[in-house]
Formats: sequence, structure tokens, C-alpha cells
Amino acid sequence: MTVLLKVNSVSKTFGGVVANRAVSMEVEKGTIVGLIGPNGSGKTTLFNSVVGYHPIDEGSIRFRAQEISHMRVPQIARLGLLRTFQQTRIYGGMDCVQNMLISRSMRKASFLELFHRQTGEGVERAENLLEFVGLYEKRRLLAGDLSFGQQKLLEFAMALMNEPEMLMLDEPTAGINPTLINGLIDRLKRANEEFGITLFVIEHNMRVIMNLAQRIYCLAHGEVLAEGLPDEIRNDKRVIDAYLGAH
Amino acid sequence: MPWAPDLYLLVSTPGLTLDLIINGILIGAIFALVAYGMALVWGVMNIINVTQGEYVMLGGFVAVGMWHAGMHPLLAVPVAAVLLYALGLLLYHVVIFRIVDRDLFTSLLATFGLSIILQQLMNIYFGGDTRTADAELGRLVFSVDGYRISVSNIKILAFFLVLILGGCLYVFLKRSRLGQAIRATAQNPRAARVLGIDTNKVYAATFALNASIAGAAGALVAMAYTIHPYFGLPYTVRSFMIVIVAGLGNIGGVLAAGLGLGAAENMAGFLLGVEFQIAFVFGLLVLVLLLRAWWLGRKRQYLK
Amino acid sequence: MQVSNNGQSSFTSKLMLYGGIAVVGLAAPLLFPAYQAQMAELWLFVVFALTWDLVGGQMGYNSFGNVVFVGVGMYACAVVQVGLYYEVSEYTDARGGGTEFVFDQGQYLTGLVAGLPVAALLAALFAVVLGALVLSLRGHYFAICTLGLGIAMGELASGWEWIGAGSGMTPAEPPRSMGNINRLHYYLAFGLAILTFCAIATLLRSRFALAINAIRDDEDKAEAMGMYTTRIKVTAWTCSALFLGAAGGIYGNLKRFIDPTETAFSGATIGVWMVLMAILGGKGTLWGPIIGAVVFQITKELTWTYILGWQRVALGVLIVAIVVFFPEGIMGRLKILFPERFGHRVETPDEAREEGR
Repeated sequence: MTVLLKVNSVSKTFGGVVANRAVSMEVEKGTIVGLIGPNGSGKTTLFNSVVGYHPIDEGSIRFRAQEISHMRVPQIARLGLLRTFQQTRIYGGMDCVQNMLISRSMRKASFLELFHRQTGEGVERAENLLEFVGLYEKRRLLAGDLSFGQQKLLEFAMALMNEPEMLMLDEPTAGINPTLINGLIDRLKRANEEFGITLFVIEHNMRVIMNLAQRIYCLAHGEVLAEGLPDEIRNDKRVIDAYLGAH
Repeated sequence: MPWAPDLYLLVSTPGLTLDLIINGILIGAIFALVAYGMALVWGVMNIINVTQGEYVMLGGFVAVGMWHAGMHPLLAVPVAAVLLYALGLLLYHVVIFRIVDRDLFTSLLATFGLSIILQQLMNIYFGGDTRTADAELGRLVFSVDGYRISVSNIKILAFFLVLILGGCLYVFLKRSRLGQAIRATAQNPRAARVLGIDTNKVYAATFALNASIAGAAGALVAMAYTIHPYFGLPYTVRSFMIVIVAGLGNIGGVLAAGLGLGAAENMAGFLLGVEFQIAFVFGLLVLVLLLRAWWLGRKRQYLK
Repeated sequence: MQVSNNGQSSFTSKLMLYGGIAVVGLAAPLLFPAYQAQMAELWLFVVFALTWDLVGGQMGYNSFGNVVFVGVGMYACAVVQVGLYYEVSEYTDARGGGTEFVFDQGQYLTGLVAGLPVAALLAALFAVVLGALVLSLRGHYFAICTLGLGIAMGELASGWEWIGAGSGMTPAEPPRSMGNINRLHYYLAFGLAILTFCAIATLLRSRFALAINAIRDDEDKAEAMGMYTTRIKVTAWTCSALFLGAAGGIYGNLKRFIDPTETAFSGATIGVWMVLMAILGGKGTLWGPIIGAVVFQITKELTWTYILGWQRVALGVLIVAIVVFFPEGIMGRLKILFPERFGHRVETPDEAREEGR
């Protein structure tokens, strides 16, 4: 097993408020890793640091053994490290297929290829992936007209369209109809197994994350509180305390 | 370098420098007051009001009109405030209430349209000439280092009136019921509505209040300086610049930025020539925005 | 933007549409020789609106400063036209012409042929440099910054003696032997409008269109998906500027006099008009800006003389009315009324199955 993402004692403060303090974690290639923690424990800040959304104060972040903490958002995305947003973000004024087509990976494409005429290429893959997340029927609807849950699925499909090596999902099940959650877990697992995408998932829903992840990190007050297998985390006294607010 | 001799003159004559700075600071207070009004509307209604400068211009014409009618132009300060309050209400109820919750570009363009209407109407009724209203208050003359500095008294009076007006507005927003409602609406209009605040009324009052302040400032401008129908846009741009530099809801910052801008502009006008003063204002706007963006860009943020 | 119904019938109707426009465009100056100047202006307005919409409508970067490129093109073209044969500073000192500065037919045409590409390229260069700086601003900050840019450029041009400063500059005067020169200007403007349309239509069929639409909808997301948005934004603005520069060159010749703030960098006239035309016709559509330009120019020419002195008041009222009451524009309204014609449709599951998916 090779380590795909290595976060090494990363710290980040916002005007005196410590969001992350000396956080270290590793994500191995091909696995599904969970990140849990109470509200305000610095999970999303860590995600933002990894994808280059803001500079970090200290530490190092390596993706495929390459230092990425100084890189900007698009550069990192082009390395094959992608994230989805907690407040789902899609292109509301375009229809679903267009959303998918523009999400195609441009890693190897030169800038001039942008000006090539749009061909049917990619449409089939886009439609297959929309089928995969269950949005095929909606493919010609404006993405802005979809419900919140559907937008979340679309965002997931867009990420898959990009063929990332690793995908970081920020609360993929928040706001999704509970009856659809099992389907989503299934799709996430299939994305991991069939497409070989390494997943790093922030999740509040304990049932989901215990089901999904092979390894879990727990953050509290910006620091790593515990790490381990789902069962270990489930029974960890510190984690339980943190969630119940006894910490 | 055509301005090199001027620069030498400036350095070698502290009296001249002081003169420029004093005059700049005096008008800078007016910039600050107008900017404070813009920040109010921006913060509360999320509208960048391009008509800001036109309110100043209209207030100025009230003073000019009253002076021509034989009244003392100082009386125009309250009159302009009242008239522009009415105008602000009118504009709100005809146009602005329809665009309060639309995107910023819509309100930018709509108020831009309103500003064109107002300046053209004034141009039709008063003509495009530069005008002033003489308050006949005389000048204050003193000398520094042998350099005679002369400041007209109305500028000094205007300076203090502006500070008082700004202070009153500040206290009003902090203490009065309406002021509290305005601040509540600024923070969260939906919550304010839930708590029984009629946000529509608050918006109308805010918009009109801003017009009224800018109008009063304009009456002072007409007495202390000159006005003409097309000088609104530079005032709007100055206000915008000041708000960007100081941030919303930072009254000390607004005052400091306003005074600084006044002094800088006066210096630039002397060094580059008065014909480039407007170019300086707009150039400075571009520069301020770019510097701000660059500063934020280092933290990988952008102006929101 | 998209035509959903492919196939023979749409091809025929397209052919008829384009053919019709070509015939009308070519024949118009012969049929209405008295209105050649106004019709030439109309085609230039089409260029203004189309290029504004590429950045403002399709990419969501509302610019008040595209007039910068018109002005740069105007001056660049005039300077080349004059500079090929005379010393520019002497020409502007003499306030444009007199008997010493005459151009024969060959000189006039050479000047135009050389001047227009220079105008286009210089404007594009301005867009690259300014864009790299200004396009880091977003939303209304970009709008206001470009407004300041336009006015600052006008003030700078007013102070630059070499190009005539505040008293303006006259582009080369055509010799009397050339007859009514407006016909030449008309066909230049018409040609440029066609060229601009083809270029933008092609651009909108490429992946580039999706990219700028994505930037319009959510720039952060586009970056997070690996798009180098700054490059794309600068490219789009440069494309606009290229055509605007050439249009400015023609416009200066058409107007026969360049005033730094009233013609060249005139934010209060063409600077706003181009925004208004695009919004009136429908932002973010290919045909909207064209329709907007036609409606605007015809209305303007029909009414302008009757409201002498009140034109700019009318303009203000028009801006407010359109922005407040008709923000979606003509094409936008049609899109709401007939969504199927624009390719965005609501599909029921049955339909999808019938299609044999």
C-alpha cells in the first residue's frame, strides 16, 4: 500500500482562532478514509487546506509524494485531487450534461484544445455517469432547477467525470433524503472499487461513516483526537466524550 | 518631468504643503460623510448606490437656487436635507424597492440610470456651468514660515458641520429605535422580519436618510467649493473608494480615509495640474481596487 | 445558444435566415443611401453588443469599461492613417487638416487597411495587460473598476498633446473624389459585424463556451475542478477587445472626429449603450445582443431628433426601465415562454424510455 495523501503537522489559524493544530494524517491509495468530529472541530478547514483553498501556517501536505501546500486550487485539482463542497456547488445556469462535459478532466489537454468544437465525445460517458447516480432522466434540466439532493448527486457525478485519483467529499449525505442514503453509500463504494478512486470523506452520520470507511480519523478542537478502524473509533471513550460535549 | 519643479516647490515651502493639506482635509471630511452614507445603504440594503454623487450635486443646487432667490445659503443645509429625504423616499418607492433583493449588478445599473437622469435634468434646468453660492463669511489668514495661508471661513464651518452631522448620524444609528431597526436589518433581514420589523420601511428610511445626508453635504460643497451637473460621478467613486479602504461599518476608518483622500487629491491636483485631478481620482480607484485584490490574493481570497 | 432540433428543416431555415441577413445587409445602402451612416453605426453597435455579451453575458463579468478598447482602436487607427504620411504631432497641432494635410484615394485606403488591424491588435494587447490585472476582481468590483478605467483613459487622452489632447483628433479626411465615403464605412462595418458574429458563434460551439458559462455560474467550483480561470477570462476579454478595437477604428472614421471623452472613451454613451443593448436583447444568448442592437439603434434614430436635449434623460429612463422591469431581455423572455426551443427541456421518465435509452 502506498500513501497517496500525507498531511504532516498542519496548523492553520484564522486571526488568532486555531482551526487546525499540528494535524497529521495519511490516506492510502485505494482506500476509503473517514474524517469525523463535532461541529467546528476543523474538518472543513483541513479539507480547504489540502485542496489549496487557503495557505497553511505550518506543516506540509504531500500528494503522491509531491509537496502541494504552496499550490493553488486549479493546480492541485489537475494533479487528480478533487473535492466536493459542503454547500453543494454546481453550474446552475447549465443543464446536467453540460455540467458533466465541462467537468471532464483537462489534465493532459493544452489550453488551445478549449477552442476545439464540441463533439459527441464525452457525452456518452456523461450520460452513463448520470445514469450511475440516477439523474439520467434529468439530464436536460438546468442544474439550478434540481432539488438540493439531486444537485449533490450531480456534483458527485461531475467529480467522477473528472477521473480523479482521490476524491474528498464534504458531508455527502447531508440534506439527502434518508431513503436514498443507502443507495449513495453503495455508489460511493462502487466508485472506490470499480473506478479505483481513493475517497476521503467528512461525514456526520455515524451509521454512514462506520459502514463506508476502512479507517477513521476524529478531530476535536482542531487536533487529531483518535484514529483507527471503525470499531476502535466507535468504542473510543475520547471520541464519545467529544461528541457528547464532555471534552 | 513637468511636475518636478512643483515638487521642489512643495518640499522647499512647508507653508504651501500645509496649505494644500489643510484645504484637502477640509474637503476630505465631506468625502467621508458622503462615503458614510454610501456605506450605510451598502451595508443595510446591499446596494452600491451610484446616485450618491448626484445627491451631493442636487443639494448643491438647492443652495445655489436659494442664494439666487436672495436667501442665505446656509439655510439651504436643512432645506436640502429635507428635500433630498423626500427625493430618496420617492426613488425608493418608484424604483429601488423592486431591486433590493436582486443581484448587485442590477442595482448598480439601475442607480447608474437614475444618476444619468438626475444629472441631465439639472443640466437642462441650470445649464452646465460651474456654480457656487457665496456665504460671505470671509477668510481666515495666517502665515507659516513666511508663507501666507488663506482659508475661507465657510470651508472651516463646513468641516465642523460635517463632523457634527456625521456624529449625529452615528448616535442616531446607535440609540434610536429606527437606528436599531436599521442595524438589525443590516445584520439579518429575515430575522428582523420575523421579529416584527417592517424591513421595507427600514429600507425606505435608510435610503432616504442617506440621500438627505448627502444632500446636506452638497449644500456645503456649493458654498465652500463649486458645483456643476456632472460632478456627481467623482463623488460616487470617492465614496466607493473610501468604503473599500475602510470597510463597511468602520466609522473611524471612513473618516481617516476621507481626510487622507482629500489631502492626497489636493496634492495630486497641485503636482499633476488640476486638469488631471479627475483622472487621478479614477486612476486611484483602479489602483486601490487592484491593491486590495492583490493583498487578498496573497491569502488566496478575493474581494466579496 | 443551442438549436435543439437538428436535421434538414433547421438547416434550411438557418440558411434562409443567414441568406436573408446577407442580402438585406448588402442591399441596404443601395436602397436607403440617405441612412448609410446610421446603418453603419447599427452594424458597429452589433459588434459592441456581441462582444460585450461574450464577457458580460456568457462569462458574467459585467464590464462598464469595454469602451476602453473602442477608444484605443479609434485613436490607433487614426494615428496610423495620419502617421503613414505626415508627422502626427504636426497634424494634431494644426487641429486636423487644413490644406497641408490631404490624403489621396490610395493613401486613404492604405491608411484604413493598415490602421484597422493595428487598432484591433493594440486593443487586444490592452485587454491582455489590463485583463491580467483587473480580472482578478470579481462581480461588481470588476464593474466599478472598469468604469473607473474607462473614465481614467478618457482623461488621460484629454491630456495627451500628441493625439490632440482635449481638442480631439480628426482621422484622415477622404478625398472628395471618393464620393460618399459612408458607403465604404458601411461595408466595412457590415463585414466586421459578420466576422464578429462568425467568430463568436464558433467560440460558443467550442468547449470554451462551457468554460466561460461555468465561470459565470460558479467560479470557485470551476477552479476546484481544475480550470485556470484567469487565463480563460483574459482570453475572453481579449477576443472582445480584438473586434472592439477594429470597430472603434471604423467608428472614428464614420464620426470623422474623435473627442477623447465624448466619442472615444465615452462611458456615458456607447459605454452604457452596449450594456443596454445586450440586456435589452437578452444576456447570455447569441442572438439577443444583435436583436438588442437593432431595436436600440432604430428606436434611437427614430426618436432622438424629437427629444432634442432630452436624449440623455431618455437614456437614463430607458436604463432604469429595462433593468428593473425587463431584465431577462427579449431572448430571455422567449426562453421562458418556449423552453423547448432552447434545448433545456423537462423530460418525463416515459419520454426517456421511448427514446430507446
